[in-house]
Amino acid sequence: MAEPLALKDHTGESRIFFDRVTLGFGFLILLTLFLVARMFYLQVLQHDLFATLSDRNRIQVQSLPPIRGLIYDRNGELIADNMPTFQLTLTKERVENLDATLAKLDELVGLSEEEIESFKKRMSRRQRPFESVPVLYRLTPEEIARVSVNNYALPGVEIEARLVRHYPNGELMAHALGSVRRINEEDAKTLDSVAYSGTDHLGKLGVEKFYEKKLLGTVGYQQVETDARGRVMKVLDSVPPRPGQDLTLHVDVGLQKAASEALGDRRGTVVALDPATGGILALVSKPSYDPNLFVTGIDYQSYAELRDSGDVPLFNRALQGQYEPGSTLKPFIALTGLMTGTTTPEFTIHDDPGWFKLPNNSRLYRDWNWKKDGRGGHGDVNLQKAIYRSCNVYFFDLAVKLGIDRIHENLALFGFGLNTAIDLPEARSGLLPSRDWKRATRGLPWYPGDTVNIGIGQGDMLVTPLQLATAVATLANRGKTVVPRMLKSGVELPEQAKAKQLDDVEQVPEQFWDLIFESMGMVVHRGNMGFGENGTAWAYIGRNIAYQMAGKSGTAQVVGIPQGEEYDEEELAERHRKHAWFVAFAPIEDPKIALAVLVENGGGGSAVASPVARKILDYYLLESRYKVAQLDD
Amino acid sequence: MSQDFVRRMPSAGFGQTRTVGLGEKFHLDIPIILLLVMICAYGLLILYSAVGQQTAPVVNQLIKIGVAFGLMIVMAQISPIFYLRIAPWLFVMGIVLLIAVLFVGTTVNGSQRWLRIPGVLNFQPSELMKLVIPMMLASYFHDRHLPPLRRHVFWACVMIFIPVLLIARQPDLGTSLLIGASGLLVLLLAGISWRYVFSAVLAGLMAAPALWYVMLDYQRTRVMILLDPERDPLGAGWNIIQSKTAIGSGGLFGKGLFQGTQSHLDFLPESQTDFIVAVLAEELGLVGVTLLLILYILLVGRGVVIAIQAQDTFGRLLVGTITFTFFVYVFVNIGMVSGILPVVGVPLPLVSHGGTAILTLFAGFGIIMSVHTHRRITL
Repeated sequence: MAEPLALKDHTGESRIFFDRVTLGFGFLILLTLFLVARMFYLQVLQHDLFATLSDRNRIQVQSLPPIRGLIYDRNGELIADNMPTFQLTLTKERVENLDATLAKLDELVGLSEEEIESFKKRMSRRQRPFESVPVLYRLTPEEIARVSVNNYALPGVEIEARLVRHYPNGELMAHALGSVRRINEEDAKTLDSVAYSGTDHLGKLGVEKFYEKKLLGTVGYQQVETDARGRVMKVLDSVPPRPGQDLTLHVDVGLQKAASEALGDRRGTVVALDPATGGILALVSKPSYDPNLFVTGIDYQSYAELRDSGDVPLFNRALQGQYEPGSTLKPFIALTGLMTGTTTPEFTIHDDPGWFKLPNNSRLYRDWNWKKDGRGGHGDVNLQKAIYRSCNVYFFDLAVKLGIDRIHENLALFGFGLNTAIDLPEARSGLLPSRDWKRATRGLPWYPGDTVNIGIGQGDMLVTPLQLATAVATLANRGKTVVPRMLKSGVELPEQAKAKQLDDVEQVPEQFWDLIFESMGMVVHRGNMGFGENGTAWAYIGRNIAYQMAGKSGTAQVVGIPQGEEYDEEELAERHRKHAWFVAFAPIEDPKIALAVLVENGGGGSAVASPVARKILDYYLLESRYKVAQLDD
Repeated sequence: MSQDFVRRMPSAGFGQTRTVGLGEKFHLDIPIILLLVMICAYGLLILYSAVGQQTAPVVNQLIKIGVAFGLMIVMAQISPIFYLRIAPWLFVMGIVLLIAVLFVGTTVNGSQRWLRIPGVLNFQPSELMKLVIPMMLASYFHDRHLPPLRRHVFWACVMIFIPVLLIARQPDLGTSLLIGASGLLVLLLAGISWRYVFSAVLAGLMAAPALWYVMLDYQRTRVMILLDPERDPLGAGWNIIQSKTAIGSGGLFGKGLFQGTQSHLDFLPESQTDFIVAVLAEELGLVGVTLLLILYILLVGRGVVIAIQAQDTFGRLLVGTITFTFFVYVFVNIGMVSGILPVVGVPLPLVSHGGTAILTLFAGFGIIMSVHTHRRITL
């Protein structure tokens, strides 16, 4: 092949090059103008948008959650505290391999499928990179140690501390205080999202629920400049949070302990009030549970155990339990009789056979000491003896004479059938039957036979232990009613508290109060008078007692006893045995405490429940700080 | 190969009277040096802001610039004839090094780009190729008829594509494309027929869909992110969203020097290297960016003038290509940071923090000065 002539046309080359280079330079100027136009578009036309984006990047409004108000008992002992708990968090950007890290964490602290699932859900809701996301809440010290030791192998994993509710007394105060729980999705729908921003918990039961608004405090916020990793560089503006208000309750931890110990392992409940104020000194329901478990979310299995237990530990017997009052109602029926003039202190019946019969009716209403062979009965019984011997026949007779309408009207004065509790949201109202009630619920008229049973606190009548204790406090106050309350001081009581205050029980002559006090005193103190004359509780609690105590035992039937049969505890399954009641106040001359004790399936009230009451009163009147304070005076 | 008589021909049309100034004597070009100093000073100021007003990184960069400046002066002293002669040897050496990199190179961030002889040498052969390719092609066409004949174009393309493919294998698609572009620029300046150019562009456009299938996943992601950064705002889209935010929030006059929040609060990634122009745009606004672009255009303009005044093909093509390639870097970087080009790792010339690139750039300007100041004929 012949090479083309290798002679270069230098002028031509230069010209071509000149053309190309100037063309290129022109093109380059165009490109530069294009860049300037692009910058103009971003920096001038779109400036507002990007300025906003830039501010949104750097300025974060952080909520500053308030510290929840503390709760103290009457002696200043802290019963609801805030404690730091530790949570495990993960920052995705600093993790090399997310799955490997989660697997490693699973090895160290154990992560369930659900936990990983909900972690990933939280991760997807992140606002920006380098935001840490919680993996596990409430680490145990052991878990913290395990993660810390392996921290070098876990970049991006951190342990963060937060303040959460802590109940130092655990299950002792659970039913008295209520508790906070983690805010769930359902709650979040109705809550004020601003007030609760940064707050994970909400009072869901008891005092914690009722005073939620006061305890919560006011959320603060700060406007901060953060870097891309979410680190706060400077605070631009801030409004500090206002901590929740502290509360002081009437409850006395020592008394609560004494009551809990007196009940022992039995299922039951104690409510004790200060008659002067209605302040609740002790509110025990057993078995109980540790409210701390619920604070950061209980695992499903533990919850199922609590929920499904036959002993229903989550059930607040003192407030929600509705029981027949049994014979503890007798002093109130007696007062009703005296107030209405239906009976007198002198009126006496002859209770020889130990039963009562309505005219034209063959049904026998038996006394508690009735025997098949007819050796039962209490002999001559006046009102006083009817109370200290707990004579059923006297009250059958009195109830029938009173009639349901007067019984309903007068018992209501003491709060029966009404929920008068102020700050106990779980409290129930019990049931005080009436003609209207029976017609409305059963479509049946009221029969005289229904009235007979009401005379001894059985039949359809239901009370809560709180209600009964409150009625006893009114009795101890000689008719001055009180509204049961947990709150002693710290915040204003809401307006509705006044609305719940019942009118005082007036127009009862002093001698009638004296008579009832005396009779109830005899229940405890009348002893060594020979068979048939001792107070029902004397044998169990009446000896070596340093103060004057008024009491009344009661038994609430769980299973109806068929006609003509004696009651045999042995034959009844434990769960079908009667509930044992005892109500009391002391000292008689100047009552400082009124209480109601119920031992579920305990059997006889005097034998089982009265010793519990005695121990509680002994503690309160003889040992407690109340006593110490009195001595100081 | 004696063509000395050719070189004695007067250069076409630009015979203005020149006086031998101080710069000429030391083989330096005063306008280029002034512009380089201005751009570097401007860049150091922005860098000082980008690193949070620390002195150490700025001093470090200043030392690198100093070394590069020294290299430039040395390069300027060497006669273009020397570059012309060693170009084929440098090319062969470069290819060998590129092959060596594929086998014994050090892997950084998944790409095998570095040759490392501990304590002695630590460099990217692809960086060397940025100068060697234009030099090789310029020397190739220096001896040949222009506009180039078809077979010369063919061999030139082979010379371009061997290193391009080797670099693409590292993989370093950005650099390989830039090096390919510099090779094609030589062809363009050599006077290749527009027919070739347009059919190449057309072929390129038609091949674009096919290109999609040979691209690696991360490269596809970059293209998708360019079109819609919001598809992954916290991941792949983060860089571009934050850099646009930085630029846009700067406005006409900027937030003030050292006042940029996007950069100082770490929202802007790579703010000292590839994305440094966003720092400038945020703090000094459109005015600041335009000023920088003007300095670049002046520098490029000076390069163009020198290319036109060059007395032989080798000088013309080499200076023209180095100058235009320099602008390509500027355009690609700013285009990428402002969201009109996909994110490829191209630093902003003379401004971005980093050593190797600045050495290559200054070496290039050294060659430009050498071409300009070693003249056989002074008119």
